[in-house]
Amino acid sequence: MNRVLAPGGLVVALLFPLVVPNEYYLYVAALAFILAISATGLNLILGYTGQLNLAHAGFMAIGAYGVGILTVDYGLPFWPAFVAAGLIATAVGVLAGLVSLRLKTHFFAIFTLCVGLILSLVIEKWTALTHGTTGLIGMQPPGAIGPLRFDTTGAQYYLVLAFLVAALWLTRRIATSIVGRSFVAVRNSEALAQALGIDVFRTKLLAFALSAFYAGISGALYAGFVRFIGPDLASESHTFDLLAFILVGGIGTLGGPLIGAILLTILTQSLQFLQDYRMIVFGPLLILLVIFFPYGIVGFIRLRRARGHA
Amino acid sequence: MLEVQQLTKRFGGLAAVRDIDVRFKAGQITAIIGPNGAGKTTFFNLISGFYRPSAGRILFDGIDVTGLRPDRVARLGIARTFQTTSLFDQASVLDNLIVGHKLRTRSGLWDVVFGTSRLKQDERRCRETAEAALEFVGLTRIAHRPAGGITQEERKRVAFALALATGPKLLLLDEPAGGINPDETHALAALIRKMAATGLTICLVEHKMSMIMRLADRILVLDHGEKIALGTPAEIQADPRVIEAYLGADYVAA
Repeated sequence: MNRVLAPGGLVVALLFPLVVPNEYYLYVAALAFILAISATGLNLILGYTGQLNLAHAGFMAIGAYGVGILTVDYGLPFWPAFVAAGLIATAVGVLAGLVSLRLKTHFFAIFTLCVGLILSLVIEKWTALTHGTTGLIGMQPPGAIGPLRFDTTGAQYYLVLAFLVAALWLTRRIATSIVGRSFVAVRNSEALAQALGIDVFRTKLLAFALSAFYAGISGALYAGFVRFIGPDLASESHTFDLLAFILVGGIGTLGGPLIGAILLTILTQSLQFLQDYRMIVFGPLLILLVIFFPYGIVGFIRLRRARGHA
Repeated sequence: MLEVQQLTKRFGGLAAVRDIDVRFKAGQITAIIGPNGAGKTTFFNLISGFYRPSAGRILFDGIDVTGLRPDRVARLGIARTFQTTSLFDQASVLDNLIVGHKLRTRSGLWDVVFGTSRLKQDERRCRETAEAALEFVGLTRIAHRPAGGITQEERKRVAFALALATGPKLLLLDEPAGGINPDETHALAALIRKMAATGLTICLVEHKMSMIMRLADRILVLDHGEKIALGTPAEIQADPRVIEAYLGADYVAA
C-alpha cells in the first residue's frame, strides 16, 4: 500500500498549492500537517508501545511556548529557538516519563492526564514567563534558510510538508527497526518482552521521549505558523483531538495519524456552520468507527486486502 | 549450572515456595510436578526474576542472580516460556520472532536514525537467528503466515522458537503441552529432547504424567511449596510420599 499511496500522496501534497482557490485552504492544510506530526509522535508511545499518554498536548505546548518565549521575549532568531524548543520538550518528556512510566495501564493514563493538567496550569498561571491567559503574539515567521524564505503561506506550507515527510520517514525507520520491534513487544506483553531480555522501562522511556520530541517540534512549527499561542494549546481536549486522529486513521500504523488528521480537519471545516453542534455529528461517528473499524481506516484497508489475497 | 539454595517466597503469611534446594545439571531435562498450587510456577518466576525471593540464593553458572530483573536474567542465558504466549497476531510468525535476539544486539536509537552498519549487521543477525529458530522447531513453512491464524500446537512451537532466539543456556518451559492433543504432545516431547541434545539444560512444569515419565532425566516434586522428592522417574513413581500427595493410588495401579 505504501509503495503506491505514499509517493502518490506526496505528489498531491506538492501540487496542492497550485490548484487551490485561495490561501485559506493552504493554511488549513498546513495546520493539519502540523497536527499530524504531533499525532505521529503520540502514535509512537500509544500505537506502537501501547501506553496511553494523555499529556501529549502539554509537550506540544512546551514546543510552541519555547519558540514563542525565546523569539518574542528574548529576541532569539526562529531556528535556534526552534531547536531549543524541541530539546526542551524532549527533556521535560524524559522527566515526566521517568515518573509516570512507573505506573501501568489506566493508572499511567490517569497520571499523564494530571501531568497534562499541571503543564497547562503552569502555562496559564506563570504569567511572568508565559503571559498567562493573554497568550503570546508577535512571533516572526520562520527565518530564511539560505535562499529559501518562509514569509508567505505557500512557502510555509512547503516547510511544514518537509517536516511532515521527515517525521514520517523517521517514524517508518524506527518502526521497522529492532528498536521499533521492541516497542511492539512491550505493547504485546510486558512479561514476554522482559523474558526476551528487553528492558521494558527503558524501552517505554525512549518511546515517551521520542513522542515528546515530535510534539515539541510540532508545537514549535505551530508557533511559527499560527503566530499566536495561548494556554488552551496544552488542554486535554487538544490531546483528545490528536487521539481522535489516531483512532480514525489507524492506531499503530504509519499513515494512520496523518490520514486521521486530514480527514477530521476536512470534516471540521465542512461542518463549521454547525458551530459547537458539530460535536453531535463527531461523537456518534467516532463511536461507530471504534465499534466497526477498531484499527481505523488503514486497518480496514489492510483487512480487506488480506481477505482479498486469501 | 543452576544451583538453588534455601529458596523461599512468601506472599503475606503464605509461603508459596519454602526452603527449596536443588541443582540442575547441564544438558539434563528436569521436570517439576506437583498438585495445583504447589508452587511450580512461583518457582519459575523466582528463577527467571519475575519475583524477588523472600530468602535463599540462586546461582547460575556460579553467578549470583538472586533478585536480578527478568531482562538481566534473560541476558545471562535463562529463557522461559509462559502458559499462554501473547503474539502480535497481525504480524507474521517470523516478524514476531525477530525481536527475540534483540538482547544480543547493541544498536540504539542513533544507529536507527543514521542507519549505521552496526544496525544492519544486528538486524541481519536477528533475522537469521529467528529463521534458524523457526527451522529448529519445524515451522519454516508458516514463517510468513499471520501469527493470529496458527494452531495451538504451532503457537507452542513459536514460544519455543522465541525462547531459543534469545540464545539461552537454560530453558524454563511452563506447561509446554497444555491444551494440545496426545499426538501433538508426542511430537512436542521429541522437540524438547532435540533441544536438550544440543546441550541446552531444560526445566519444565507439566501435568501430563506419561510425557514427563518418558522425557525427564530427573523429577522434582513440590507440594505446598516444599520439595518432597527429587529423583529419576522410576524413583519418583515408587516414592510413597509422591503417590500420596500427587500421583494417587490410581496412577500406581494403572
